[in-house]
Amino acid sequence: MILEFFEIFFTAGFWAATIRIACPLIFATLGEVICERSGVLNLGIEGIMSLGAMVGWMSVYLGADLYSGIFIAALTGALFGLLHAIFTVYLGASQHVTGIGITMFASSVGFFSYKLILPSSTTPPKIIPFEKLEIPFLSEIPFLGEALFQHTPFTYLAFFSVIIIFWLLNSTPFGLSIKMAGENPMALEAQGIDVLLVRTVSVILGSSLMAIGGAYLTMSAFDAFYFGMINGRGWIAIALVIFAAWKPERALLGALLFAGLDAYQVRAQQLAGAFIPYQFFLMLPFFLSIVAMIIASKRTRYPKALLIPFRRGERH
Amino acid sequence: MINFRLEERENKSLRRQIISPFLAVFVALIISSLFILLAGVSPIDSFKELFIGSFGSRNAIAETLSRATPMILTGLAASIAFKARFWNIGAEGQLYAGALAVTFFGTGLVELPSFIMIPFLFMVGALAGGLLLLPLVLLKNYYKVDEVVTTLLTNFIIVLLVSYLLEGPWKDPMSLGWPQGASVIDQGVLPQILSRTRLHLGFIFSIFFAILIWIIISKHLIGYQIKAVGFNPSAANHSGVPVLKTIFIVALLSGGMAGMAGVTETAGLKGYLTLDLSPGFGYAGIAVAMLAALHPLGVIASGIFLASIYVGADAMSRSMNVPTYLADVIVAITVLCVLVSLIINQYKFRFLEQNK
Repeated sequence: MILEFFEIFFTAGFWAATIRIACPLIFATLGEVICERSGVLNLGIEGIMSLGAMVGWMSVYLGADLYSGIFIAALTGALFGLLHAIFTVYLGASQHVTGIGITMFASSVGFFSYKLILPSSTTPPKIIPFEKLEIPFLSEIPFLGEALFQHTPFTYLAFFSVIIIFWLLNSTPFGLSIKMAGENPMALEAQGIDVLLVRTVSVILGSSLMAIGGAYLTMSAFDAFYFGMINGRGWIAIALVIFAAWKPERALLGALLFAGLDAYQVRAQQLAGAFIPYQFFLMLPFFLSIVAMIIASKRTRYPKALLIPFRRGERH
Repeated sequence: MINFRLEERENKSLRRQIISPFLAVFVALIISSLFILLAGVSPIDSFKELFIGSFGSRNAIAETLSRATPMILTGLAASIAFKARFWNIGAEGQLYAGALAVTFFGTGLVELPSFIMIPFLFMVGALAGGLLLLPLVLLKNYYKVDEVVTTLLTNFIIVLLVSYLLEGPWKDPMSLGWPQGASVIDQGVLPQILSRTRLHLGFIFSIFFAILIWIIISKHLIGYQIKAVGFNPSAANHSGVPVLKTIFIVALLSGGMAGMAGVTETAGLKGYLTLDLSPGFGYAGIAVAMLAALHPLGVIASGIFLASIYVGADAMSRSMNVPTYLADVIVAITVLCVLVSLIINQYKFRFLEQNK
């Protein structure tokens, strides 16, 4: 019996599921990392993911191809990011309340338009989602092939975006500006760089990644849109950002670790479901997110200018 | 690019502060009409239907007020917490904690005469909601774990706990397979206050608590301490305000209010605990508090107003074929408009020369 709980780790299916579950978290956590690195907390994440999931799916349902679906979802995310930035960056409104407002707005717009377009569907209609792209040769490696190289292109995109964001933050002048906007905006302004613009672009970029993360759920992991399908993934991503110490590479690690526990939980549920009610397994991700933040708390160092609006020409 | 700067207003006129929420609501309704136009119907007719649905008859008014009851309480929860800049986004979970407490004590474990039983249920509900927040306050204080995230995550944990209890040990055997809790005993049920409607005593309680919180905040020392902590915790600490103790009291009051929203729904509206007890009252409370500019008495008005949007939207969607989610859209846009109005109250826009 105990042995069976270990055997889970030796199935390629478990590792493949881990990677699948990690993807929306990777996109969302990267998105939040960029926002927070520039000094803006984006609590719109949960709603933006939900809207991205709806818009991406709906575009494909109405005839767009899958890649356009991702693009349209990203564009929608960018639009809500712009709205968040106008409020928090240009007007200096409370980032907490704005974020909650954006989450309410984005998710209700998503639900409203879904019902408007499909008023009477009881069973959610389906699309043909991304199909597996087996990487030649690599996918034939026993075990590893199935675990790592038999995924959809959307999955590979998630891992690729970690590299892109890592490069953006650490090797480009714009990445440096993002980090300075979140650490020492006065110094950035002294360089003649527009802090507000840097923050706005960061929030727009981050929000489109969040929307792509939502779209992954409806276009790659599943094939339909359900109300409440984000189910707290956005909030978990916010916890992962803290756990990842605002670093893209650690965000990847955190998302994988977290997804691994989630994939394990689903399988353990099948083994232990008779003794432990399934709700306790479902609680685990939320509980672990809190634990992760406690573990990370010793080395937690928030970006110095996070939550502080920058006003031009004002001495701080 | 438009170049402007925000300059702090020197005179913050009271008149502007009173007018601005009405203006924000007006603008929000205009923006919302765009969504009604998307549905291909007339916004004016829709708003008329919405108004009739929420205030057009004795029964409609009773429905609106009974929907407002938990929203006033969660609105109070958000306003107390936000005043101290303690970001309790966990009213949804605290509401269910209160409902769990009612189910635990109120379905036969304790039997008291009505006039003691009802206050007793409010008390245990408030305690459950408040106690749920305390460990999170400790985490914030000793481990600097952000309360926004922990309160949000706790919402999901509590709802799953309710789901477990209702499908398992607390399931009412009389409910024929439907997951719901046992009925609250007769002495604990909040009596109807308007005959042939669902309006119950909980509404009076919610008004009472709004007034009570207002008195506490405006007349008692703790009100000053809450504002001081919200304004600047380290300055408050230096001037002798016990910050941790203040946050503890804020958490107990805030969680307590949200917990009592669970009491009014379980012991008042439904009579038993269900998994769909709250269609997001906890989150709606944030909108209620913002629209009231965090003023406890304002919460009564804004709670009734936002409740009327939800109740009216149900009626409107039946007659006009607009999705009920319009109500959530209106509420969300209202929150954003209120944020803008708060900025305009506080700052002047000064447009700068383009070639700066």
